[in-house]
Amino acid sequence: MLSWIVLIAGVAAIAAVNWYFLMAPKAAVAAKASATAGQEVTVAVEGGYSPSVVRVKSGVPLRLIFDRKEKSPCSEEVVIGEFGVRRFLKPFEKTVIELTPAKPGSYEFTCGMGMLRGRIEVQA
Amino acid sequence: MQSATPSASEVTIPVAGLTCASCVGHVQDALTAQPGVTAATVNLVTREARVAFDPEATNVETLVGAIRSRGYGADLPAAPFSLADEQATQDAAQAEESAGLKRKALWSGTLGAVAMVLSMPLMSGDAHGLLHGLEDPVLGWVMSIIDPALRQALPWLYAIDPQALRYALMLLTIAVTGWAGRQFYTRAWSAFRHRVADMNTLIAVGTGAAFAYSVAATVAPSFFLRHGVAPEVYYEAVAMIIALVLTGNALESRARGKTSEALRKMLQLQPAQARVLRGGREIDVPAGEVRTSDLVLIRPGERIPVDGIVVEGKSAIDESMLTGEAVPVEKETGDMVIGGTLNRLGSVRYRPTAVGSTGTLAQIVKLMREAQASRAPMQKLADRISRVFVPAVISIAIATFVAWTLLAPGEGFVRALSAAVAVLIIACPCAVGLAVPTAVTVAIGRGAQAGVLFKGGEAIEKLHDVDTILLDKTGTITMGRPSVTRIQTVSGFAEDLLLSLAAAVERLSEHPLAEAVVAAAKERGLRDRSATQFEASPGQGAAARVDGDWVLIGNQQWLTSQGVDAISLSEYADQLAADGATPVLVAVDGFPAGVIAISDPVKPTSAKAIEELRSRGLRVVMVTGDRKSAAWAVARQVGIDEVAAEVLPEGKVAQVKHFQQQGRRVAMVGDGVNDAPALAQAHAGLAMASGSDIASEASDVTLMRSDLGAVVSALDLSNQTIRTMKQNLVWAFLYNVIGIPVAAGVLYPAFGLLLTPVLASVAMAFSSVSVVANSLRLRSRSVLGFES
Repeated sequence: MLSWIVLIAGVAAIAAVNWYFLMAPKAAVAAKASATAGQEVTVAVEGGYSPSVVRVKSGVPLRLIFDRKEKSPCSEEVVIGEFGVRRFLKPFEKTVIELTPAKPGSYEFTCGMGMLRGRIEVQA
Repeated sequence: MQSATPSASEVTIPVAGLTCASCVGHVQDALTAQPGVTAATVNLVTREARVAFDPEATNVETLVGAIRSRGYGADLPAAPFSLADEQATQDAAQAEESAGLKRKALWSGTLGAVAMVLSMPLMSGDAHGLLHGLEDPVLGWVMSIIDPALRQALPWLYAIDPQALRYALMLLTIAVTGWAGRQFYTRAWSAFRHRVADMNTLIAVGTGAAFAYSVAATVAPSFFLRHGVAPEVYYEAVAMIIALVLTGNALESRARGKTSEALRKMLQLQPAQARVLRGGREIDVPAGEVRTSDLVLIRPGERIPVDGIVVEGKSAIDESMLTGEAVPVEKETGDMVIGGTLNRLGSVRYRPTAVGSTGTLAQIVKLMREAQASRAPMQKLADRISRVFVPAVISIAIATFVAWTLLAPGEGFVRALSAAVAVLIIACPCAVGLAVPTAVTVAIGRGAQAGVLFKGGEAIEKLHDVDTILLDKTGTITMGRPSVTRIQTVSGFAEDLLLSLAAAVERLSEHPLAEAVVAAAKERGLRDRSATQFEASPGQGAAARVDGDWVLIGNQQWLTSQGVDAISLSEYADQLAADGATPVLVAVDGFPAGVIAISDPVKPTSAKAIEELRSRGLRVVMVTGDRKSAAWAVARQVGIDEVAAEVLPEGKVAQVKHFQQQGRRVAMVGDGVNDAPALAQAHAGLAMASGSDIASEASDVTLMRSDLGAVVSALDLSNQTIRTMKQNLVWAFLYNVIGIPVAAGVLYPAFGLLLTPVLASVAMAFSSVSVVANSLRLRSRSVLGFES
């Protein structure tokens, strides 16, 4: 009896872990028009990126604002490989990165070690 | 204050909605009303607010909010980006992090050791205590030594009530987890909320489970006993795991700081101050404020602050820090000096050409930074694995727990928990994540010091794949500067006289070879003669009257057509042509006088470099627009046996394609401007830097040293880096692939071998540090290929 409970609980726990971390859909947020020029979107950095998917328009200057709310060294750098960006994010401050996505597509941004990930989805 | 400008107290904020002059006043009032703002001016034309403020009293976000509160649009400005500032901020943060980790590791290690001692009586005292020793041969051995000694030294410890000891251990462990280990739990939690699982998750869940079990066993031992489970405590394990993981993190953090050492050194090359002549006065100004209208004064032993052209003086300049070239370069009027290089002896004055971000050093640093931001293709595998790594490990830990509970009911719950915790602790996602990026970062830095700038990890991988190398002749194998290599005169005619007469004519000519003749005359210190009645037949020859003599210079056909009997010179001329030189015949007053041989000399290192390339199994081909005989003459000198001659500039692309169609992976070496299309077509394009343009779009690698030795360096570094990446990946994977099952207990049925969580944490701390340390080995690798 006890064995069955342990077995079923174990399988359920494994399923829950994998669903929660890997399968559950990630929320995407669209960039909004910036007050002065182009579009902007703020990404909170705390153990991960939220939102982790940002939708932006191509050809419009984009202001990516990384709001780092922690000191953990895991998130100290943000790398946007496709745009040749590697920037240090000061803890508890907002860092503005300006770039203009020219071509529609999906571009990943990660932490310095590639553990934390997010995506810029550029739409035509 | 704003990111990346820690000390600045002035900021420019973009403002929208400024429709009239009164708006300017409104915004200015809003800003000056803020505490800490010392001055604010709003520009209606540029739509910007410039604010001077005290960073202690307010910050940019508050200022932006103040503008918005008046109904105007305002944006947080992008921080003015300065690499030096950024690196400094990052270094400071990393130093703080390292120091904090070291302190925490030390303290938690001390407390962990105390916990170990306190738990000794518990382990040896009760009937189940020996389990520890059985599971872990190392711990068993340690205990067999310490336990009797401790019993003798601290007999009172063994007299304490075990339950009191358990509570004491609980408090000690709370102190360790709540202070030193706190970061693992808070970080794991914030990651969890983002549906991210990382190293912190594993440590937090692992130590959390052990701690929770221990607390339950301390508070309600009778409950455990009733269900046939030993009420064991693992406090010392929790404390030791945290201490060991922190130690590993501290070592890794220090090592990681070293991976960007080369970049830091580059940033420090530019001197802080420059001495300039401005408005007739010698003044010292910050290097960043040098203007192109200044004249920079350099004394012996000083560093060059910015790029420029020498206008006065002569000196030898050490450029090794940028080019890897060990021998100082002689510089005189008209030569280019590069910011960051070191003046040896002699003084020069020069006119700055590139200041600020356009300078060579700034470009190199920018290129390095971008290259380090790039992701190597080899990273993709590691990426795929790290994405699912932690959830997979948690799943394995759960499965381990279930399997132990079901398959070994007698030994039961305690072992199941211990094995599951060991699985969580031994798994090391960091080693996987660090394997490729640390190697790339170190390699980019090492390359830059040797004058080899890789555009990124992909460029390093591409160069490694190459099996055929196409070398442009002019400027790559040869100097790219025609010069007089030999002079043959008919008997009785002095060499110097011949040369000075020829130079007088050539001074008026626009032919590319003419320059070589004029330069040779100047080099020999010959008197300038003046020429009159100059006439030229383009591509054939030129004539003029020099000091009363009628001097003709040209090829044999042209001299013959001018009525000169040039047959007597043809033997010389043919001989010189066969050696790859261009013979220029000279006649004076209708009589043949001699032949001047002009050729583009081979660089002294070319032959050796080509030999090195061939010894690495590469097929070396020379590509040139020159005619076959000249091309082969050079090829023979440098030991090349495959030549594509008479190739038009646009034909170089076709040459690259030709080899590619044979299934070969081609590297093209040429200059970044003329050969750009061929460099882009090639699998790997290597551009020899010309002047201050180092960021050629077409190339994968920029060579700061214009000798072929740099190609050998680039190849060697690329091969070594790929080897390091592979070692790292294999190590990181194997470590986890072997470590996790062993921790889970697969070796237990056959060998009785099981890891305790503490031993697992030792292995984990060691594994990521060893990856970084292996990457750092690239720093000390000799990549100069050979002594040039």
